[in-house]
Amino acid sequence: MSNEINAGSMADIAFLLLIFFLVTTTIASDKGILNVLPPKQDPNVPPPDIKKNERNIFNVLINANNDLLVEGEYRRTAEGLDKDFKEFIMNFGAPNEEAAALYKSLPASLQGQALRRPDSSDHPGEAVISIKTNRGTNYAVFLEVFDLAKKAYFGVYSERVGLTPDEYRALTGDDEASTALQNKGKEGIPMAISIAEPDKTGGN
Amino acid sequence: MAKFRKKKLSGGDQINTSALPDIIFMLLFFFMVTTVLREQDVLVDQKIPQSSQLQKLQNKTLISYIFIGKPKNASLYGSEPRVQANDVLISSPEIVQWVNQERDKLPEADRGSITISLKVDKEVKMGPISDVQTELRNADARKVLYASTKKTEVD
Repeated sequence: MSNEINAGSMADIAFLLLIFFLVTTTIASDKGILNVLPPKQDPNVPPPDIKKNERNIFNVLINANNDLLVEGEYRRTAEGLDKDFKEFIMNFGAPNEEAAALYKSLPASLQGQALRRPDSSDHPGEAVISIKTNRGTNYAVFLEVFDLAKKAYFGVYSERVGLTPDEYRALTGDDEASTALQNKGKEGIPMAISIAEPDKTGGN
Repeated sequence: MAKFRKKKLSGGDQINTSALPDIIFMLLFFFMVTTVLREQDVLVDQKIPQSSQLQKLQNKTLISYIFIGKPKNASLYGSEPRVQANDVLISSPEIVQWVNQERDKLPEADRGSITISLKVDKEVKMGPISDVQTELRNADARKVLYASTKKTEVD
């Protein structure tokens, strides 16, 4: 008679447990794209009348057929929008004193991206990306455009502090060092992505 | 033909399986550790869109989830996209009340920083989402996370 316990069924038992946990598992995913909604509007107070030059607003319209109108130009897909966004943000067409100082503080690779076109944004502090949808627009398309706008900003921020965009986005702000890096990337270049209320056509 | 028959196993006839339980146990522990038992049934379709600029939230306790999508049980709830919070489908005006309930569950110091994770199906249109966002603004829960998964393609 052997002294060993028969362990042959051990694998079966473990398999059974394994399958149970495989089935019940939902790998937790709290990842996504952060957005902060504007505060509630007081019906008694008219919305502030903001005068902004048309050149400082980058308009993206998405209609109910998921077609795009980018600065008055028709596009079928959102591909390549991130580059346009980035060019627009970093245009430095007519920088004021503050923005000129900001420009000087940027690394050379970012300075080289300033196209200084007169019909594009004055400086990053003024630039606003506006995304407007229909009620019938697909959520997936909207999120794609929003994602590309974020990509443009994170691209600028990360280049400024010398990280890759992935590393920059992974900064938690938990400790001083990462908060400092975050702020250094953002300083003077606010992430101005405006999401307009969708209009009524093409949806319910 | 005979070529194949000549081959013989040099060692014993069986593969040694004594390490198999260990491997299985390792897998088992992995899944045990990563498992979050399902807290609620999701009553609506959930095919989450993909994007590239994902950020992770550190504090899980501050997150409340809203699911938006076509109801799985179309005969009971219809085929229009619906909003689910907790275990039930609710209509837009009830969201304010739900947010306040969720907020009351948090410790007082954290109430201002409640985050709503919108888990929205790909097929949903912007209309219902904008309605939900309007209600969230009314409830002053303005931090929103558009839940999304990592794009697999490389660019």
